[in-house]
Amino acid sequence: MALDRRGLLGAAAALPALGGLPFRSARAQGTTVKVGVLNDQSGLYRDISGPTTTACVRQAAQDLGSLGFNVEVVIADHQNKPDVGVNVARQWFDRDGVDIIVDVPTSSVALAVAQVAKEKNKVFIPTTAASADLTGPSCNANTIHWAYDTYMLAKSTGGAMVKAGGDTWFFLTADYAFGHALERDTGNFVKAQGGRVVGAVRTPFPGTTDFSSFLVQAQASRAKVIGLANAGGDTINCVKQAAEFGITRRGVKLAALLMFLNDVHGMGLQTAQGLVCTETFYWDLNDRTRAFTNRVRPHTAGNMPSMGHAGAYSGVLHYLKAAKQMGVAAAKADGAAAVAQMKRMPTDDDCFGAGSIRADGRKLCPAYLFEVKAPGESKAPWDYYKLLQTSAANEAFRPIAEGGCALANG
Amino acid sequence: MLDLIEAYLGVPAPLLFGQLLLGLINGAFYAMLSLGLAVIFGLLNIINFTHGAQFMMGAFAAWMLLAMGTNNDAGLGIGYLLMFPLFWLVDAMTLKYQVSRQMRALAFGVVLLLFLPGLMVSLPGIGPLASVIATTLDLPTRIAAVLAWVFPNGLGYWAALPLCALLVGVNGVVLERVFISRLYKLDHLYGLLLTLGLGLIIEGIYRNKFGSSGLPYRIPAELQGAWDLGFMFMPIYRGWVVVAALIFCLATWLIIEKTRLGAYLRAATERAELVQAFGINVPRMITLTYGAGVALAAVAGVLAAPIYSVNPQMGSNLIIVVFAVVVIGGMGSILGSIVTGFGLGIVEGLTKVYYPEASATVIFVIMAIVLLARPAGLFGRA
Repeated sequence: MALDRRGLLGAAAALPALGGLPFRSARAQGTTVKVGVLNDQSGLYRDISGPTTTACVRQAAQDLGSLGFNVEVVIADHQNKPDVGVNVARQWFDRDGVDIIVDVPTSSVALAVAQVAKEKNKVFIPTTAASADLTGPSCNANTIHWAYDTYMLAKSTGGAMVKAGGDTWFFLTADYAFGHALERDTGNFVKAQGGRVVGAVRTPFPGTTDFSSFLVQAQASRAKVIGLANAGGDTINCVKQAAEFGITRRGVKLAALLMFLNDVHGMGLQTAQGLVCTETFYWDLNDRTRAFTNRVRPHTAGNMPSMGHAGAYSGVLHYLKAAKQMGVAAAKADGAAAVAQMKRMPTDDDCFGAGSIRADGRKLCPAYLFEVKAPGESKAPWDYYKLLQTSAANEAFRPIAEGGCALANG
Repeated sequence: MLDLIEAYLGVPAPLLFGQLLLGLINGAFYAMLSLGLAVIFGLLNIINFTHGAQFMMGAFAAWMLLAMGTNNDAGLGIGYLLMFPLFWLVDAMTLKYQVSRQMRALAFGVVLLLFLPGLMVSLPGIGPLASVIATTLDLPTRIAAVLAWVFPNGLGYWAALPLCALLVGVNGVVLERVFISRLYKLDHLYGLLLTLGLGLIIEGIYRNKFGSSGLPYRIPAELQGAWDLGFMFMPIYRGWVVVAALIFCLATWLIIEKTRLGAYLRAATERAELVQAFGINVPRMITLTYGAGVALAAVAGVLAAPIYSVNPQMGSNLIIVVFAVVVIGGMGSILGSIVTGFGLGIVEGLTKVYYPEASATVIFVIMAIVLLARPAGLFGRA
């Protein structure tokens, strides 16, 4: 055929690797703490976790300055599959000397990795996994759940919707651990406040792109609120298609139970305006969050950090402080002891301010209920949220006694 | 009457009609995509696993055309997409003037140097020149700037339909010329592996550049709004999708089955040497067929942009289902892919009412049953 392969490849193959990958081999003397960022580098949760988490973790090490030990960051893609995540975690702990794993979106993967961390006595800080079971029935002494969970989202967003008159609910639920947990927790709130759940539909995950059938079913149920117990691209598709089918225009409210700033960016304000959602971090909250964002923004390739990323920063920062306090050798040797030390120390960082960690492994921080701005109200890129209300740290999360965590009494 | 239906079927009749209609709409996408696949497989014997990526490229190209006035990345994307037509042009010229292999390699090298000088900066010999080009000329950036200046408001949906088909189609042509054409004599599996790999690479490039959470694209003003059908609220845009898909499907079927060009194509699949002996340029015909199949995927992508999230993985979500549709319809059968596309959309819609958890699986169950009963597919010739 005409286009000559050898010619083209000859021109292309001789090209050296682009720019040379930035391998920084910090082979300084002394101990090294290895932080493993295990998340979705290539799928639908890439923007809410992905490389931006890595940038935030590196920022944490940099902000602490001289610690007396080195910090090395390794990265892996778990492709949102529990088996892949568990394999990577085992390999990291057994062979590569990783001390702490952070991020891990997709609750099914995080729940599996938590078991591995316990078995190997290492540290696990899930920051983008949502299931509140991580500090409930599945809690353990090696895991600290940072940033948010399904209970907090349900209470803040769900509670606010019921209070505003949305007392009948229909759920569109992503059919896996996270969706089920979010539907359960929100449903409990709705019922506790006198509302009713009139129906729910489990949508296959992943692989559903068209939600219009489900939305029409939800509309036919005559519920006042359609609760979206899903995330990422699924939520975006639901919101887009609900607008298309005139569902929102007819007075039915959408509750985006888990929505990140990055999702709003993907939808555009035209589509997303008026939606209510809950996050524990927003770049434009106060001077400290803005300062953090300015530091990390140059390394995020145009992406904006949201609460999962901020959680990874805050969690690793706190772990490194604890390791310094108790001695790095002891922290590396005993993951449970390092977590115990972290629970004893108060947390303080630019993203979440001052806070604490509970006995069941729940990191406490205030939760913010936001409304997405209309296009006319947004003054700058990423200026998307206006603050509606703040839940204090001690009220935002599930009371420790109700979680069913065995550590709660100890 | 309606009460009777409800009592018999277990769901309210309006809901059922609504689901049937929605199933038909989804079927329209299945039909459009499986049609392109069937054309490519029928005439090239290549199982085109890049199809999902090309569908995605169509949607992205639509976004790029719309946003190129304001978003630099969008303009850049168009700039890089234009690199491939230039490859094609160089290819055609070198063929016409019968230049030597070395000259041809040089010409391709120059195109690469103009568009991707950054790749060559650290190359000995060319390096200094490349860095000069990268800093002074930087063609994609220039193209982006010119496009932003000429079209400050971008190009809308109606311009995007033909332009995206053209842009992505030509990209497909270059793909066929450079890679796929080398595999015609080999087993199907090689083509499958190559196109799958290419699709993953394309998806990865888009994800790196544009992220995973997607880009906004609005329904064109002419098609906004909805009809109230009584039993459901029918967005005008979805109606347009069904009509457009039917038009494209019918046109493709007519061209292949009823025209002289189609007769050549079908003859070339049976006996390429014989057709060539009659003075017909078979390789070129095959290349253009691949380009047309890809263009169909791109058009489907543009149609999908306003209703689905425009993100890099939008194609891979759909493509597996579409392959099942092609297998059920019969590999290479044009009519089969159209009919099964719409039919399976409806089956899926019904599953979403009765047992939503299975709606992602039902098509594969049908595929297994069909393969057991009729291994060549419903419309295939064994």
